[in-house]
Amino acid sequence: MRYLPHTDEEIAEMLQAVGADSIEDLFAQIPEECRCRVRLNLPEALTEWELNAHMDGLAGQTASAGTCKNYMGAGSYEHFIPAVIPHLLSRGEFVTSYTPYQPEMSQGTLQGIYEYQTLTARLLGMEVANASMYDGASALAEALLMACRVTRKNRVAVSRAVHPHYRRVAATYFGPTGYALEEFDFGKDGRSDPNAFSGGKDLAAVAVQSPNFFGGIEDLAAWAEAAHAAGALFIAAFTEPLAYGLLKSPGSLGADITCGEGQSLGIPQSFGGPGLGMFAAKMEFVRSMPGRLVGKTTDMDGKTGFVLTLSTREQHIRREKATSNICTNNSLCALCAAMYMAVLGNTGFKALSKLNLDKSAYLKDRLAEKGFSPAFSAPTFNEFTVKADPDFETRRRALMEKGIVAGVPLAPYYPALSDHYVFCVTETKTQDDLDALVSEVTS
Amino acid sequence: MTESIGTTGLVLNEPLLWEKGRMGRTGYSLPKTDVPSAAIDDALVGEGPDFPDLSEVDVVRHYTRLSQWNFSVDAGMYPLGSCTMKYNPKTNERQAGLPGFAGAHPLFPETLCQGILELMYDLERHLAEITGMDAVSLQPAAGAQGEFSGMLLIHAYHKRNGNPRSKILVPDTAHGTNPASATLCGYKSVAVKSGAKGILTPERVGELMDEETAGIMLTNPNTLGLFENHVKAIAAIVHDKGGLVYCDGANMNALMGIVDMAAIGIDVLHLNLHKTFSTPHGGGGPGSGPICVRRHLEPFLPVPRIVKTGETFGLSEDFPESVGKLHAFFGNVGVMIKAYSYILSMGPDHLKKASQLAVLNANYVKERLKGVFHLPFDAPCMHECVFTDKHQAARKVTTLDMVKRLMDYGFHPPTVYFPLVVSGAIMIEPTETESKENLDRFVEAMTAIASEAGENPEGLKSAPTRCKVKRLDEVTAARRPCLVEPPALKGEAPR
Repeated sequence: MRYLPHTDEEIAEMLQAVGADSIEDLFAQIPEECRCRVRLNLPEALTEWELNAHMDGLAGQTASAGTCKNYMGAGSYEHFIPAVIPHLLSRGEFVTSYTPYQPEMSQGTLQGIYEYQTLTARLLGMEVANASMYDGASALAEALLMACRVTRKNRVAVSRAVHPHYRRVAATYFGPTGYALEEFDFGKDGRSDPNAFSGGKDLAAVAVQSPNFFGGIEDLAAWAEAAHAAGALFIAAFTEPLAYGLLKSPGSLGADITCGEGQSLGIPQSFGGPGLGMFAAKMEFVRSMPGRLVGKTTDMDGKTGFVLTLSTREQHIRREKATSNICTNNSLCALCAAMYMAVLGNTGFKALSKLNLDKSAYLKDRLAEKGFSPAFSAPTFNEFTVKADPDFETRRRALMEKGIVAGVPLAPYYPALSDHYVFCVTETKTQDDLDALVSEVTS
Repeated sequence: MTESIGTTGLVLNEPLLWEKGRMGRTGYSLPKTDVPSAAIDDALVGEGPDFPDLSEVDVVRHYTRLSQWNFSVDAGMYPLGSCTMKYNPKTNERQAGLPGFAGAHPLFPETLCQGILELMYDLERHLAEITGMDAVSLQPAAGAQGEFSGMLLIHAYHKRNGNPRSKILVPDTAHGTNPASATLCGYKSVAVKSGAKGILTPERVGELMDEETAGIMLTNPNTLGLFENHVKAIAAIVHDKGGLVYCDGANMNALMGIVDMAAIGIDVLHLNLHKTFSTPHGGGGPGSGPICVRRHLEPFLPVPRIVKTGETFGLSEDFPESVGKLHAFFGNVGVMIKAYSYILSMGPDHLKKASQLAVLNANYVKERLKGVFHLPFDAPCMHECVFTDKHQAARKVTTLDMVKRLMDYGFHPPTVYFPLVVSGAIMIEPTETESKENLDRFVEAMTAIASEAGENPEGLKSAPTRCKVKRLDEVTAARRPCLVEPPALKGEAPR
């Protein structure tokens, strides 16, 4: 086997050095009743070439951007990925290193993550960002828990316009804690409804997503004010960070914690993971944050270098008193996002963000002309919700056969919103694609 | 001694991204604007992110230079204990990058994603077979989330039986994530002291186990690299009081095809695909931490679950007792693809052989170094062995000094100062993918450092000397944290 370098002679020499007669002798300490009794029932080993054929077959039975025109977003977005990113990201020095516990030998990862933290903080308008969480959903769950720690209160309120999966993950995290997680409704305009939200002295946090699950851009400044008036922290969540190339950042609008999914930033969709949990906060809360942090410092000669820092928050030092149990995070995905932000730069990020708005607005307008009117009046970015005819679902199913996936149906998540669909348009679709979609959908 | 592989070479300095940029450069090929410009309310529009503008060449040089400051498994031996830094096969990267996988949207209807669902279904079955357990969820995104999921399952199980219980036993050799995961689930950790031989004793567990205790979180082999010989008796004690046994499977690389985790009394364990199953660590993730359970915990597994009906694969939410969702979608699928490729490449015999050779390598290093460094538990080890700095303490040389010096010899240091039960621990996990000659070089380097500790202890204090930076001031980094680069002052144009 090509991954196992030992020759029979070497094994014999090593056994002799160890003082064992056979490899089985090394396991003599394991009681008989603990042993596997039969050979593992697994497929026989494949050659590299057999594996390629097998995997090509499985991949071929899965639709992808290359085989279909997909107009779904909902937390996973199709964006162009410049060739430099997979090229740089596949360097073994980045891919096959561990968490940078030994900084002298890990300066590449450390500077790269320090830059990621800075880029993220600037994108979101926040003072500090961590080195990553698993995904947008666990980032929100951890943000809500962090707010309970910071405020020493035990109730959080999350808008129903937040991604339904994120709310379910938060509910899982809150299940055994004894803290209360409440949801509040959205209004007719498709934005979180201030009238549906109740404050109260025990409220630790209010969480709102923008753009929200329906694509609507929330009034974050008003929500920050409402949360703060209730004595709670304001958490701004997101699934599409590209929006902040155009829109005012959550930090500039008063968010205390901003968290969400960073898959849009150069990371392949990969059937939903790995993505990137982005997590940023005000500096005053840094010691309550979950996750790793890289800091800038100097070495014995006064030269600039980087280290993991503030680790007394973390499980490997603090054990049961840690701010989170997270250890391995999504570091390589964070590095990927940093590369993507570096490639685009200020100019490119703004331009791409605007292009997403333009393309999405084009489809929204064309569909509206054909009777698929926007369901909500709130302004939108690259996703929007339409109300369709009751028979549209049949047509949508038929379009899949033609390789078109026309939006995400809302009915499974919001029974009251049957016949509502969220469409997503990114820079990957041309005007011709959009015109073709309109004619297919309305024919 | 053979010539050291550690040497100096030209690495290039590289500033932060902001110091390189020039306004007006671009590294991105912007798609054409073929639709009219859309109006947007000015009140919504911000200034845009304060990012530098760089050319494509700037970005390529930047990250290429940064990469050259990292040590990696691709470059050399990385014997970090409990982390299983084995070789990461390159074919796995090819498979995960196939367009059909990398470009798949997680909300595609089942008819459009049969291939990836089949892969995930089969991976679950293979992991169940390797561990001896009955059912698997691939959803946890890393080991710690796997632990948390396991705790949630235990909580849900006890809750159904009327009392979720309040405490959990955690051995003093456990990874820090174990008590942290228990806390996240509302359990108070009760430390169990290891016995004189470095393993748990049934007596000690018996004294602590009661009907308010939800169970025990053990690691087998434990973090001293020792097999918990009494695991079956301990499981019986825990089960007798209605508790459950959680196993941290971080060290599963010692046991594939050798130990049946169900037979030893484990109710739930997590695996680290980024350890045992060869997927790369990526400088700290992404990982994947599937949980494997016995039949009685299956109803509580996270949803959606992958189900097979006839020849069709689907996703089902129809598990009313499930603890819920842990990930926005299905977990780190890109990582699962690599682990699946590894299992298929190895087959049943080579997986077992990998565990055997991992154990052989660790024992070989232990035997060759045990005259040089203090070995607190002189017993046959599994996949890793733990030494200490006791012999060098008289010269005021510490574990930290010695492992920093190891960098100059061209090796990544072992895990240090863990487990906490051993003072000045040096925890070495060579893994099966290191050849005998690499182990010999490593032993030579460690032996040479021990000699240096005797002859020139002061010299070790300035190690490493061959890395890009010397030892870093971690105290100031924590006291006056600088975690993001401050923005350039107004009027201060980028260079």
